[in-house]
Amino acid sequence: MSDLVTALLDDARRTRNWSALVECIPYLQFLGVSLEERDSGLVGRMRYAEHLVGNPAVPALHGGALGALLEAAAQFEVLYRHESVVLPKTVTLTIDYLRPGKPVDTLVRARVVKQGRRVSSVQAWAWQDDEAQPTVQATVHLLVLSG
Amino acid sequence: MSDTPDLELLNSFFHQLVPHNRALGLRLVKVDEQPPTATAMLPWHQQLVGDPSTGVLHGGAITTLMDTTCGAAVYLWLKQDIPIATLDLRIDYLKPATPRQAVHARAECLKATHNIAFVRAIAYHEDPADPIASAAATFIISRRPRT
Repeated sequence: MSDLVTALLDDARRTRNWSALVECIPYLQFLGVSLEERDSGLVGRMRYAEHLVGNPAVPALHGGALGALLEAAAQFEVLYRHESVVLPKTVTLTIDYLRPGKPVDTLVRARVVKQGRRVSSVQAWAWQDDEAQPTVQATVHLLVLSG
Repeated sequence: MSDTPDLELLNSFFHQLVPHNRALGLRLVKVDEQPPTATAMLPWHQQLVGDPSTGVLHGGAITTLMDTTCGAAVYLWLKQDIPIATLDLRIDYLKPATPRQAVHARAECLKATHNIAFVRAIAYHEDPADPIASAAATFIISRRPRT
């Protein structure tokens, strides 16, 4: 990982402000993803925009954009909870599409279910109106090489 | 490329009418009817990068490529315009994508029942025998109720 990303990660952990780190990742900028640290932990938001639509007839958000949001939330949760100094690498990702993604903002949160020496097992879920009724959920396994 | 007129017709839907596919520059490059197989291409672009220190694509861009290509394969099986929605999608990341290279995905619909379609896919740069990722997806087929 570059010195820039390492420095931004240090800053985010120290200041509890994750914006600069998220903003240095082009794809998350493209999706309109932001991240904030609340008392309950990290919460991400993907702002609704027309270019995220996958089914214009409904209209519904593209499953790929929702999947990317879940994967990013899982990565950041590992960085937030653990001392990893590298961007965790996704090994496997299993997404369940539970409800159509409406053309509004989507919120996301993740939980590290198990942190092993090499692999983190993380659950992520995204919702629009009610966190108890998620739009999509995922199990993500990430390779974390500390060092 | 393919000698079937379906490619142009399918692209008019998958590329032009789907805002997220269009934003990514994602388009179908080959379709086969037997077995129902779709091949799509995602051009490398700076805005799709997930790790700014390496220029490697964000996994989320691969997720969108896989989801879209799998959906196209289902349409090749159905041969009619019935609404479908991704039920679940599992992706294994086999190796990092090479920066500045387009990624292809090839998806085959293994079977579609009345309600569910089953699809397998791989993503690769030029050689399908050297894959970047593999995927398994299922889709809900929203046929009109039997009367």
